[in-house]
Amino acid sequence: MSGAVLPSALARARRLALSGRIGLALMLFWLVVAIIGPFIAPYPPGAFVAMEVFEGFSARHWLGTDYLGRDVLSRLLSGTRFTVGLAAGAALLASASGTALALTASLGGRWADEILSRLMDTLISIPSKIFALVLIAALGSSIPLLLLIAAVTYVPGNYRIARALATNLAEMDYVQVARVRGESRRYIALQEMLPNMLQPLAADLGLRFVFIVLMLSGLSFLGLGVQPPDADLGSLVRENVSGVAEGAPAVLMPALAIATLTVGVNLLIDALGLSESKR
Amino acid sequence: MSASDQPHIAVQNLSVTARGRDGGTITLVSDIDFTLRRGEVLALIGESGSGKTTIALTLMGYARPGATIASGSIRVGDRDVRALAPHDLAALRGNRVAYIAQSAAAAFNPSRTLMDQVIEPALIHGLMPRAEAETKAIALFRALALPSPESIGARYPHQLSGGQLQRLMAAMALITDPELVILDEPTTALDVTTQIDVLRAFKSVIRQQGASAVYVSHDLAVVAQMADQILVLNKGRICEQGTAGQVLHQPADSYTRTLMAAARPDLRPAPPAPTTAPAPLLEVRGLSAGYGGTGGKAGNGAPVLRDINLAITPGAALGIIGESGCGKSTLARVIAGLLPPATGDVLLDGKLLPGGMAARSKDQLRDVQLVFQNADTALNPAHDVFTVLARPLAFYHGITGAAARRRVAELIDLIRLPAGVIAQRCTALSGGQKQRINLARALAAQPRLILCDEVTSALDTVVGAAIIDLLAELRRDLGLAYMFISHDISTVRALCDDIVVLYAGQMVEAGPRAGFATAPFHPYSALLTGSVPQMRAGWLEQCASAPVLPAIGPASDDPALCRFLPRCAQRRDGLCNRLPPPRQTLAKGSRILCHLGDAELASAPVKPEGACA
Repeated sequence: MSGAVLPSALARARRLALSGRIGLALMLFWLVVAIIGPFIAPYPPGAFVAMEVFEGFSARHWLGTDYLGRDVLSRLLSGTRFTVGLAAGAALLASASGTALALTASLGGRWADEILSRLMDTLISIPSKIFALVLIAALGSSIPLLLLIAAVTYVPGNYRIARALATNLAEMDYVQVARVRGESRRYIALQEMLPNMLQPLAADLGLRFVFIVLMLSGLSFLGLGVQPPDADLGSLVRENVSGVAEGAPAVLMPALAIATLTVGVNLLIDALGLSESKR
Repeated sequence: MSASDQPHIAVQNLSVTARGRDGGTITLVSDIDFTLRRGEVLALIGESGSGKTTIALTLMGYARPGATIASGSIRVGDRDVRALAPHDLAALRGNRVAYIAQSAAAAFNPSRTLMDQVIEPALIHGLMPRAEAETKAIALFRALALPSPESIGARYPHQLSGGQLQRLMAAMALITDPELVILDEPTTALDVTTQIDVLRAFKSVIRQQGASAVYVSHDLAVVAQMADQILVLNKGRICEQGTAGQVLHQPADSYTRTLMAAARPDLRPAPPAPTTAPAPLLEVRGLSAGYGGTGGKAGNGAPVLRDINLAITPGAALGIIGESGCGKSTLARVIAGLLPPATGDVLLDGKLLPGGMAARSKDQLRDVQLVFQNADTALNPAHDVFTVLARPLAFYHGITGAAARRRVAELIDLIRLPAGVIAQRCTALSGGQKQRINLARALAAQPRLILCDEVTSALDTVVGAAIIDLLAELRRDLGLAYMFISHDISTVRALCDDIVVLYAGQMVEAGPRAGFATAPFHPYSALLTGSVPQMRAGWLEQCASAPVLPAIGPASDDPALCRFLPRCAQRRDGLCNRLPPPRQTLAKGSRILCHLGDAELASAPVKPEGACA
């Protein structure tokens, strides 16, 4: 199976529009940075390495120094891991649980559907930022809590999309055929329906990833995200915000990182949707 | 315009190409030459993919996205269509050349009144003021025999039937007095009883207007009624070309003869009947069913099926026939357990089958397999052929691994497909191949009864005939029993030993297939058989006018009254509108639901509504 995935993924990448290839390149770049970033960082991310704060670009400090005289490149290389890892983890968690609940709802009969859908409506009616602020205030910021908050916030949206897909599919003849055969709901959900939902759900996953990056960056900017001395991209922007006036790379670079990451993923999603509809 | 001896439409050396996915050029149609005199009707016939519609569309200077008109000349009247600028083409389309599409239901905008849409072409092209266009539309409605022509324009598409919409679409096309009308399979989606009305309306209106017409169809019998000239297409090339009589009666090309043979299938011989009457495999007793919780008894809805009684012996084939909405598919769903019956029993081997499939045992489920009409949607696009066929093997018989691979190969062989398809995705197969896989999936369960729901309806006649052959063969070799559902009486007659006619959920006639070749019939069966177009010119004219239905007083409100009463040409006042019809047996062996017996049905001339008067 895995032997066939790689060539087909390559073939699909070749079919992508230019914008999609740019998106794919940006996304892959940040993925690689997230994985190997801490190992190639020239300095430890917390070390004070320069006497000057908000230094500009230089050979010693490629992206300058921050408000405490730390190396911005090293902090960026270490911070990306938090942003990408947290967002990817939360997006996967949100999509997996949203889709699982949606399949349960569509095959579990009227009451299961009714209860789950109203539950999700309740969840979606809570403003996400307030929800996050209250939970963080009550429990204190920690990485697992951030992951959980981001996931829970984006479950209802995914649930709605997956349920709409599943309800359509449940009426398809091939699902009826499986039902007449006497298949279990589990088999129908996983074998007959899920494979036909993956395309739109993948696009949804990418979209949620972007939302979560922005949400985490927002929380970090408020000082409620990843706590010092660790810093994700959002915290890097926030702690260096006083450098805006002098145009310091310390604040521009992490902001640029967030921008390229989200724009890249969006470009890729759009191009994927386009090449799907063309077929 | 042009002189009378000059052809009205002239197409020379036409070819249309498209760009393939690999960048190469695919020829869709090539070397197409034909001419048509003013007022003549040309029929383009062939299987799907033969290029019929592609050619018809070029007459409007149009090629579908991705395709281009590569060469040739197309002249309509005094215009060279290929030389026209986009602006002039827009003035041509929907004005001088009109198009009637296959599915009128999909072609109308559901949120605008019909009158607005019918007169739109006239207003867009600025041909006449609105009031004049509306007057003209009403005259067309009358000519097309639409009910209440003055007020029908104020209605919305969902309020009318498919046949009525198809005629309204003709009104929309004809409002601009076009010189050429293109009809693209305009009656393919209609029931035979409706088709005859629509054909008659088309024919008379087109003749009145003196327009030329191009009629695209795959049905030779329909074409025989409409066309002066016939062009037989196969894979984008002309196979045969000539006048209607010539092509229909002395077909020169072997492909044309194949088409003719497929259009009117021979009776497939039934396996020899056992000497002693065997116990029925499946029995349906007093069955009623409907949708909406209480089996359709709630509210004003009548049940979809009422009092169905039938039996299928092992190895027998029972045909169910009726128009759309008569409850044929619902019957299959009830027997399969998808829809529990409201009342009545379904028995398998004399043992009661639970209504819902959740309560049925695995063996009961395995014995009765349902094959859906549309193989495109019945096969999971995410699965390959092996997955589709291996699942019932594993599920019912626990066959996996090498044994499953062997069995799948056997099945593929059984349905006469090459072994290469096993690894293919279902989406990569052709329509006929998909339907065979659909059938093989049912066979994999090793059932004793297969419910075939319109399995040939979505296929071309030639491909459909091959599926019927396969079904007959499998029945002989494997001793399968079928319940074969169709709206096409010739298909049912070709395969089945016994035939049941359903009308509005009731069995109006049931009997051996021999009984459906000879009168007397139940009035509805007579209408149904009389409406199937025959492959000779002039048949439609012989059935020229819809007969006047006998006047009857108001019907009593007994729900058990004959459902066919409003359309019956042989109804009797004081009898049919007062008393529920009894079941009785005709001398030829058919049981019917009617007040009239052998003598009355036979004495009345065969004069079904819409058919030969």
